[in-house]
Formats: sequence, C-alpha cells, structure tokens
Amino acid sequence: MSTTAIELTDINKNFGSVCANKDVSLKVKSGTIHGIIGENGAGKSTLMSILYGFYQADSGEISVKENKTVIRSAHDAIAAGIGMVHQHFMLVDTFTVLENVVLGTETGFSLQESLQNSKLELQRLEQDYHLEVDINAVINTLPVGLQQRVEILKALYRGAEILILDEPTGVLTPQEADHLFRILGELREQGKTVILITHKLREIMAITDNVSVMRQGEMVAHRKTSETNREELAELMVGRKVLLQIEKAPAKPGKPMLTVEHLDFTDDSGVHRVKDVSFEVRSGEIVGIAGVSGNGQTELMEVITGIKSLQKGQLKLNDHTILPSVSADAAVMRKYGMVHVPEDRQRRGLVTSFSANENIILGYHKDPAYNQLIEMDKTAIMQYCKKQMEHFDVRPDNPQLRASLFSGGNQQKLIVARELQRDPKLLVIGQPTRGVDIGAIEFIHRQIIAMRDAGKAVLLVSVELDEILSLSDRILVMFDGQIMGEVLAKDANERALGLLMAGVRKEAA
Amino acid sequence: MWTDVLLILDATLRISVPFVLAAMGGIFAERSGVIDFGLEGKMLGGAFVAATVAHWTQSAWWGLLGAIGIGIIFSMMHGYASVSKRGNQVVSCVAINIFAMGLTVVLANAWFHMGGKTPQLPREARFMSIDLPFAEELRNFPIIGEIYYELISGHNALVYIAFIAVPFTAWVVFKSSFGLRLRATGENPLAVDTTGISVNKTRYQALILNGILGGMSGAYLSTAHLAFFVKDMSAGKGYIALAAMIVGKWRPYPAMFACLLFSFLFAIKDKPEIFDLLKGIFPVKLLNSFLDMSPYILTIIFLAGFVGRAVAPKAIGQPFSKEK
Repeated sequence: MSTTAIELTDINKNFGSVCANKDVSLKVKSGTIHGIIGENGAGKSTLMSILYGFYQADSGEISVKENKTVIRSAHDAIAAGIGMVHQHFMLVDTFTVLENVVLGTETGFSLQESLQNSKLELQRLEQDYHLEVDINAVINTLPVGLQQRVEILKALYRGAEILILDEPTGVLTPQEADHLFRILGELREQGKTVILITHKLREIMAITDNVSVMRQGEMVAHRKTSETNREELAELMVGRKVLLQIEKAPAKPGKPMLTVEHLDFTDDSGVHRVKDVSFEVRSGEIVGIAGVSGNGQTELMEVITGIKSLQKGQLKLNDHTILPSVSADAAVMRKYGMVHVPEDRQRRGLVTSFSANENIILGYHKDPAYNQLIEMDKTAIMQYCKKQMEHFDVRPDNPQLRASLFSGGNQQKLIVARELQRDPKLLVIGQPTRGVDIGAIEFIHRQIIAMRDAGKAVLLVSVELDEILSLSDRILVMFDGQIMGEVLAKDANERALGLLMAGVRKEAA
Repeated sequence: MWTDVLLILDATLRISVPFVLAAMGGIFAERSGVIDFGLEGKMLGGAFVAATVAHWTQSAWWGLLGAIGIGIIFSMMHGYASVSKRGNQVVSCVAINIFAMGLTVVLANAWFHMGGKTPQLPREARFMSIDLPFAEELRNFPIIGEIYYELISGHNALVYIAFIAVPFTAWVVFKSSFGLRLRATGENPLAVDTTGISVNKTRYQALILNGILGGMSGAYLSTAHLAFFVKDMSAGKGYIALAAMIVGKWRPYPAMFACLLFSFLFAIKDKPEIFDLLKGIFPVKLLNSFLDMSPYILTIIFLAGFVGRAVAPKAIGQPFSKEK
C-alpha cells in the first residue's frame, strides 16, 4: 500500500536571477491526498510545472512509482501516468466536452471515428467516478465547476494515476469546492494519488492526508495533516507568527457617500453584465461585494469608477449626481472624492515598465506639487515616493526601481499608497490581496480598516470569502449580474453566503 | 439575356479561382493561429515560378509544381520567423510580400530581359479548357444543359481543383482528427500543449497546406488565366482573398461564397450594360473609376461589420510560448 507515487530529489529551477525552486525534495505516497501549501510566489506552481514537463528543472531527479523518470514535455508526463488540472483551465472554449477530452488522443484520420471510439470510455469514467457532465455540451456554456470536471476527466481518460490540482477552488463557490473534495475523496478510494496545491489553510485541513509547506522556493516542512493545525502551517508559510483574524471596532456609519440606483450594464458583445443593481455605501463603513468571479462585479466596479460609462440608472457620489446623459470619466470621479484600487493591478493599476516614483503619481501627475514651470519636479517626486514607500512599508524602498520588479504584495502597497494619500471620501478597492503574500495582506487589511475608522466610505469587491467576512460591515452577494441578497457581517456565515453566490435566494434555501 | 447571365457567371467562376485557392490556404494558416497577410506574396511568387518553369519545361504541370514549391518555401519562411522565432506575424508577412514583389521582377529581368515579363507560353504549356463528357450533346437542352455547357464544363484543371479544394478544406478542418488539433491550436495553444501535442508542429503542418494552396493560386494567374507572368500580377488579389476569408468567418463554404461575390463584381464591372445603367447616377468621368473600386469598397463595407461580427480564432497572431 504505502509505495511512493512521486519522489522529487533536490530540484532546482532559476528564471534568470530569480530562484523559483531551491533544493526541493518531496515524497508523495500512493493513494493519498497530499497538500502543498505556500504563499503566492513560493514556488508551488513552478514545482508542479516541472513535474508535468512544462518547465525543465536545472538540476534534480524525478521518480515516478519508484522509477527514475525524465519528463521533458506534457507528453512524457502523461505517459508516466501524471495528469494535471491547471489553475486556468486548459480547455478549448468552442469545443464540446467530448472533443476536448479526445484532443491529442485521436486515433485514425477521421474525427468522427475517434469521437465514436472514445464516447463509451468517457461515459464509463463519468459513471465510475461520479463526474457527470453532458459530453456534447460546448465548454463555454458550462459553469466553471463543470469545466473543472472536464479537466479531471481529461486526465483520467489519459490514464492518470497521479492527479495534480493547482489552486482548484479559486473559481468555485464553497459548495462547489465541497463537491470537488468529495470527488477527490472518491479518487483516493479508487487508489489514485492526488496532489493539491493551494494557499488556503482550510482546504489543507479539510481534505489532505499529508502536507508540505513551501516558502520562497524552498520546502520548509512536511507534516501529517492530523498532527498539525492552521496556526502552525500559517507560521511555517510566512516564517513568523501571523494574525489570521483581524481585529476591528464596530462601524459607525454616517451619511451615504455613494448611492447606486438601478444600475444596468451591457458590454460590447451584448452580454447583460449588471442587472438593476442598487445599494449605498455610507461613510465609516465597509461594504463588501462577494461572489464568484465573473458575475458582474468587475463591470459594476468599472462603471462606478468611471472606466466604463454609465448606461442606465444613476450614481450619487458625495452629493454629485451622475446620469447616463452626463459623461463622467475616471478623472471626474476622482475630483468628486473617489479613489480606486483596481482589481487587476498590472493592467489597470500600474504602468509596469515605469519606475516606482512615476507610478506613485500616476493620474495625479498634474498636481502642482510635482511640477515646475515646464518640467516635472523630479526631486519632489523622488522625495514624495521615498516617504510613501517608508510609510507603506514597500520593499525594497527604491523609487528608481521599475514597478514590474516589485513582488505582487509590494506592487499593491504602491497603489494603495498612491490612492489612500489623496484623502478620499470613498475608496473603491477590488481584490485587494489577490496574489499578495500573507504578511502584506495583514498590512493592507489594516489600512482598509483604518480608512473606515477615519470616517471614509469603503466599497470592497473580492472573490475571497474570508476577506469579505473579516473586513466588511455589510455584505452584498452578486450572482449573474444581480445582487442576490444583503447580509450583515455579524450574521454572515460561509454556508449562507455560498448559497447566495450560487444563485440560491434565501426564500428558496 | 439568359446567355448574358450565364456568361457573367462563367466569368465570375474563372475570376474567383485565385481567390478561392488563396482563401482556403488562408483558412488553414489562420485556423492554426498564424496570421497570413502573405497570401499576396505567395500568389505573386507562385505566378512567376509557374510561368518560368512552364516556359523551361513546356509543361503547365511542372509549372504548377514549381508554384507549389515556392508557396511552401514562403510559408516556411513565415513559419520560421513567426512560429519558431516567435516574431511579429504581420511584419513577417509584409516582408514576404515585399520580397516577392522585388524578387520576381529582378529574376524575370535577369533571365528574360522583357521588362519584368516572362515569355508568352504556348498552348501546350498552359492549362487549357477541358470539355466534360456530353457537354456538346447537352448543349441545346434548355437550362440544365446550358448551365452544364457554359458554367460547369469547359474550364481548365485549376478551376476544378479550386472548387474541389473547398470541400476538401471543410472536411479537413471540421471532420478530421488533424482539423481538431488545428482548430484547438488556433483557439487555445496552451491547452493543446498540455495534452502533449506540439503546437509548433501543428502550425507548420497548417502552413505547408497554406503554401500549397497559395502557390497554386499564383499558378492560375500566369499559366491558366493568362499565358505569362507580368510585374505585380497579383495586384492585391491576395488581400481580397484574405478579406473574403474573414467575411466568411474562417469557414470554407462562406469564404468561397464571399470570393464568388467579389468575383461577380469584377465580372460585371466591365460590361457596357452596367455602365449604361449607372450612367445616369454617376458622372461619366468618375463611373469607370467607381466600377473599378467597387469590389474593394464592398470588401470594406463587409469588413466594417455589415455581415455581423467576425470572430477570429482566439489565439491568432500570438506566438506560442510557455514562459508567458
């Protein structure tokens, strides 16, 4: 029983001067679920990409089922019985489930024949592992939970004995995640080995048999899940003690700062993204918008912040009324007292090829403080940037460094520094801690709470339920462009929110 | 009147051949995710090589083979730059087009000293009309017989090859295992890579088919439609084929119909009846220029969204790289 499914010995991998994996060793027993946990950028995904043949290790050895194996491509990995479910699904959107599964394993010249041959086998797999999906459905019509099943089926169809899942729950509701875990349990019972990569402690505790912790490219600990706890794992991940729960005083809501009335939005390709949304955010409170990503939150934020123009409904921001007939772009919104920390910091938040000091005045570059008669006042900008970097703990605190060279957490701190220093009335912040390490998460969360305590209104959009629960005073849940319900944070629990996120209204539940 | 219609349709067919061949070639390349503006260059190169080889060997078929060869050489150059070396695909195409424009004239001058023209080919070295069986006998049979005689019979081999290429392309793209990989490569190359298929190999395979069809389209110009190569012979036909392919939304049959529609405009624009019809509406001076422009204007109208949104393969123009 306790044979070794995978053994990695002293794996090293460098990308240029960045060391992604350093002397990493790992042993995974057959028929177990093995968790690999670590912060973003700890090297988990790189390690698994090496195992799946996507990258080549600079040095080190891989053994599969106690045989030394060289894996140069996905093809080799599949031949060795390794399957992978990627974080971003590797499916062709316009193909059917069957076509996606067959892709790459076709027999003969005629497609019809290949599809016919594979149909029975696929149906058998669906039954054996309780992974029911309509095999003729086109991928882009399926919800993400089902798309993930297709990915698992794809791996099983190729004869995978060892299944790697990379951050599989990022796009799922809590209920869907539970369902996935049941499937993984089923796979374990049937003798498959599962490697689960995640940064969520809850998942490790819920499902794994063993867990390995990575930090900054190194493997720092191996534990039996039953012999460890969340606090220990968090400490191992970060390398110091962390507060998992942030403390905050009760909110003291004042007058409404942002009122959204009957906002409706249809995008360029004609998809109705936001449907008749109304809510308000008062000064001194944090309103969280929860929901699985892609349910209209992004578009809602873009309309509120003036990136996309208002089509229908009205916005009231700090006593200024914005109607569809009056165009108000992001600059106008800023003038009215809104600041925005966008959810996609690399695309919307920064010009990554610019230096930190240029980024920190981006959008406020016309401020007389940074300008002389004709030229920009470089010295003033440098000093300002240096000061902000110290204040917001941006590391390294070098204003000359290009934005792309900072880690995700420090990039985010740069943006937060830029926006919060404007003394806004309203802060709109999207996915504040996506791809940010735990240490920085704590810092950013404290900044958000501090804003609220200073009497600012905060609108927080996040797909991380934990984040919504720990920061918000009121929670709105979005599903399919609509607000499914509003919950006071003190009454909220994961299950109730999960149902709303899946589109089940309270009455029905 | 009826005969006039048949004659116009007959001309439409003949004009459409290079468009159809090139558009099918374009479908293979672009479905695999490789942009192909270079059809123009392949057509021009194919026309020159076909005329030259046919002149030397006195055989149109050797000429065709030569044209296919140069088509493949050009598409492999494009592949090397844009698939293997991950260069900018549009730049690579433009380079091929300019290269073809210059090279054909230089070589034609060097070899034949006729100001960029190649020698007139005799009948034996050209693709001549083929009369299908019973064409003469059915000629006087109303409608069906006439259509058979005027429209279906009496074309050269390349016309038939072009219209066989359409169902062939449709079958390969949508009904073969290779087609599944081809389409997947154009939509989501990462997904293809993770299933263990080589993205670059699939793209090269597509480019070989693209080169064959592109070269053939050129051979038609110089060894079937006319009997010699002349400077800038393709005159933008490669671009029109590309436009037809986009109007047809990267599907073989709709692309073929788009080619036929454009060709129809080319076929009628020189008819005196059309001229008389439009004389009242447009100033006579401008009318000729306008008629000359009409296929291109139509292309612009179509591409501007008249036929609805044309959704390109998702990964088109993106060199495949694992390292993001």
